Amino acid sequence: MMTVLSFFNYWIVVVLMMIGFYCVIARGNMVKKVMGLNLFQTSVFILFISAGKIVGGSTPIVREGVELYSNPLPHVLILTAIVVGVATTAVGLALTVRINEAYGSIEDDHLGDEDDGDEQ
Amino acid sequence: MTITELMPFSVLVPLIASLVCALLPGRFWPWAVTLVATITSAVIAAITLPAAAQVTLSYAFGNWPPPIGIEYRVDAANAFVALLVAGMAAVALPWAKKSVDREVPERQGAFYALFLLALSGLLGITLSGDAFNIFVFLEISSLATYGLIAHGSDRRALLASFRYLIMGTVGATFLLIGIGFLYVMTGTLNLADLAERLPEVRDTSTVRAALAFIIVGMGLKLAMLPLHLWLPNAYTYAPSFVTVFLAGTATKVALYVMLRFVFTVFAPDWSFVVLPLSTVLMILAVAGMFAGSWVAMFQPNIKRMLAYSSVAQVGYMVLGVSLVSIVGLTAAFLHLFNHALMKTALFMAVGTVIYQVGSGHLKDFRGLGRTMPWTLTAFALAGLSIIGVPLTAGFVSKWYLIQAALDQGQWFLVVLILITSLMAIVYIWRVIEAAWFQERPGNQPAAGEAPLALLIPTWVLVALNFYFGIDTRLTVGGATAAAEALLGGGMAP
Repeated sequence: MMTVLSFFNYWIVVVLMMIGFYCVIARGNMVKKVMGLNLFQTSVFILFISAGKIVGGSTPIVREGVELYSNPLPHVLILTAIVVGVATTAVGLALTVRINEAYGSIEDDHLGDEDDGDEQ
Repeated sequence: MTITELMPFSVLVPLIASLVCALLPGRFWPWAVTLVATITSAVIAAITLPAAAQVTLSYAFGNWPPPIGIEYRVDAANAFVALLVAGMAAVALPWAKKSVDREVPERQGAFYALFLLALSGLLGITLSGDAFNIFVFLEISSLATYGLIAHGSDRRALLASFRYLIMGTVGATFLLIGIGFLYVMTGTLNLADLAERLPEVRDTSTVRAALAFIIVGMGLKLAMLPLHLWLPNAYTYAPSFVTVFLAGTATKVALYVMLRFVFTVFAPDWSFVVLPLSTVLMILAVAGMFAGSWVAMFQPNIKRMLAYSSVAQVGYMVLGVSLVSIVGLTAAFLHLFNHALMKTALFMAVGTVIYQVGSGHLKDFRGLGRTMPWTLTAFALAGLSIIGVPLTAGFVSKWYLIQAALDQGQWFLVVLILITSLMAIVYIWRVIEAAWFQERPGNQPAAGEAPLALLIPTWVLVALNFYFGIDTRLTVGGATAAAEALLGGGMAP
């Protein structure tokens, strides 16, 4: 039981990742797809952050009387990855707005079917 | 300034120019700035290649020594791909002016800024020696690409772009998960450092999962068969110039990243043993060759036909990789280069027809052979290259691929390669048949020959197809050096 609990963050990562991935695949609504994508990315962020934590480690600021620090590098990486995620969300939502203007709907399932087909 | 200090500028020049470009009004200056930046970048890449083939160049950003700081590490493999990417962009830009004026009439500053961002992202992926940096550059180039595709005039371009965004982001996040696992196990992100530290921990399920995540993630960006669904629509509805650029560069860079991880970071004697990678890649490659060529044979839209043909050609490259030999990898790199040449020429010819006629459908090609002889002859000659007729670039790479297959006694692969080449004859012939052997229907407007600004770059690429089919010193030499850099025990110090 304790081992299961001690991996609590990683269980959350797996659960969030699957929820997000399911949303991306199963939902036709584009806003929901973008939300699923966000959830999926966030789970990866938690994975990185969890890996940087050292049990008993202090905040990574050099000061007297502290020997053990948490690893700051994953935080820095994820700061960049969050920016990338925000940019992706922005582009995705902007495209959704444009698609809504062009088609009058954001349900992905049957959009484009009525355009004269050059798909085989 | 040494070559090592000059090398990062092939990424930085387009990056900085994109900022300038976004602010420029009108139609001429954005294009002119882009052209200058791209040619500068290509020249730097061309200077880098011979130097990198001799000794691995390493540039530490901000003077932070690697593995702490971010490092650009260039050997024969990345220099070869970087030259291809920058060179293709530089050849495509003179062609772009007229086509973009027609298809993206407004806000060209933003359009060319996105193009420069995509270019610098792709070059950054190839040159960087830091795993996380590769992810960031991958997202820079991908986000810019989604924007570029959405500029297509058809409203389906928006849908294609959105679907590519979803799949591309999932792919990039998979890469990020893989990199995260590697970082957890080794505590480093530098590729050369990873390659040194991984052998101690590589018999763990975490590292095996990392390999699987990276291969699937990059397989998505590379359009390897079951993961190719984004590619046909994205290529079909993007503006012609964007298709020309992407067809020659984006999937190639993704293939390079996959090779870099499989061969340099995880040594091939591990990654091809722990997962049945050779078998899986070979099956997917052959399936891609057949499915892509088969679907291409029935496409009424020529851009979409060429897009499916790209899926098939990616199959050839992956097939070369799956043979895990110097000759096989050489064939993969050769086809990477040659396919960029021929597919860019084909998309340029189709883009020229779209410029003159307004549509890329097969029925609109009827009778064009008489009124637009130069454009359609260029298409036919580049088509010969994709079929693999001797004296063309396509023949050289298929020849090496067949040699690599025979070296391993896999003669049935030779048969499969020949059959898919025959299928290429079929889909190229459909266009030739429509252009020369059918009358132009009276209700369709007569189209004259295209302007020289479109014809000259197209013919330059067609000429390159034949040049590299006859004089193979640069391509075979570069591809062999690249293959040896990857297989020859990782990155040289």
